[in-house]
Amino acid sequence: MGKIIFAEKLETKILKALYDVSDPEIASISIVDLGMLESVIVSDSDITIHLIPTFVGCPALDIIRKNVEKELLPIAEDKRLNVQFIHNIPWTSNRITEDGRLRLKEFGIAPPPRYLPEDGSWEVNCPYCDSVYTAVENLFGPTACRSIFYCKNCKNPFEAMKLLSEDM
Amino acid sequence: MKILTPEEAIKNNAYKNALTELLYQLADDDFILSYRGSEWLGLAPHIEEDVAFSSINQDTMGHAAMFYQLLENLGEGKMDGLAHNRPANRWRNACLLEKVNGTGHYLNEPKYDWAFAVCRHYFYTSFKKIRMESLKTSSYQPLADAAVRVSIELFYHQLHWKTWFQQLMLAGGEAKTRMEKAIQTVCNDFGGVLGLGSLGESMVTFSLIDSEETIKNRWNCLMESIFEGVSSSLPETLGSMNGDGRNGVHTQDLEAALKTLSEVYQLDPTATW
Repeated sequence: MGKIIFAEKLETKILKALYDVSDPEIASISIVDLGMLESVIVSDSDITIHLIPTFVGCPALDIIRKNVEKELLPIAEDKRLNVQFIHNIPWTSNRITEDGRLRLKEFGIAPPPRYLPEDGSWEVNCPYCDSVYTAVENLFGPTACRSIFYCKNCKNPFEAMKLLSEDM
Repeated sequence: MKILTPEEAIKNNAYKNALTELLYQLADDDFILSYRGSEWLGLAPHIEEDVAFSSINQDTMGHAAMFYQLLENLGEGKMDGLAHNRPANRWRNACLLEKVNGTGHYLNEPKYDWAFAVCRHYFYTSFKKIRMESLKTSSYQPLADAAVRVSIELFYHQLHWKTWFQQLMLAGGEAKTRMEKAIQTVCNDFGGVLGLGSLGESMVTFSLIDSEETIKNRWNCLMESIFEGVSSSLPETLGSMNGDGRNGVHTQDLEAALKTLSEVYQLDPTATW
């Protein structure tokens, strides 16, 4: 009796591989959960990956591109790899997936607020003790996409992903 | 009319000229001001400001890079070369933005003026936000897309500089005196920031950006409300005392800056980074 083998579609393999590419500074979260992946296009000769930078001036982009190429090379089936950063769609913080929000928290980084209140103040829960008794220390943090907070409950400093929305 | 690609833009020579001129203004403004901002590294009034200011400079340099990329796509040459290998008279930034941070040098007794930094950055960022809002409907789609991205990031820059501006203006004493002097210095050259240069009319005709007058009125409106809040008023005249940068007239400050910032590039212009 013959055996039926279902070959995994190349697109599925690529997506799986992209889940293995993490943010160079936040090992727990993949670029997919971070909302950076816009599209995977497979043609007869090419694999084109469109990524959206979180911040335009992010210095990690070249590293991310190289890491994507490294992950995809073994499964590329001799197709040409084409990793592009696109600017025609803005990255906004609600592109981060629910799973991504949990992965950020695991790393000690609070996920971004889901919306900007009218008075501009942020409510960010402490990623360690979940307290709402937190304060912004600096809107600008160690990287373009993060801010620095302090938890008045557990007395830990922590970082939070910045809220970015098209309403800004 | 929407122009979707660089290939399409290049077909009409007059359109391409107006577009590239505008892109040089956008790119050069951001590039040279973030360079001046980066000279403050380690010298800002306190450590959190050092973190914030360098983050803002990094964002701004990123915006410049994106605009240079748009120029590269239009056949203006490689973006690294555009930033590091152009004589001063081909730069299109406003002269206010090339002005040194103060007397002295960052390596040797910098006597930089924080009031000037706050006013220059706050005025420019507010203008840039208005300029980006206008560019969101630009006839050149890649530029309209870029403007959406930049505009979102500017939200935090504007908030930051507004906070400094208001607090120092309301502090009274030496702060207020120094701020008023800095406001005057910035206004002496702010007309140059608002200008669109000799191809301005063409930019407007091609629906690349709103007119100088429109943008100036919007900026004035915003500034008036801010000044009202700190019980002061914006000087009536906005000049271009140090030259018309939009038409390639610059100061010695730009020459010196370009020499410093391109020093490594010029060691080996063909090197791959």
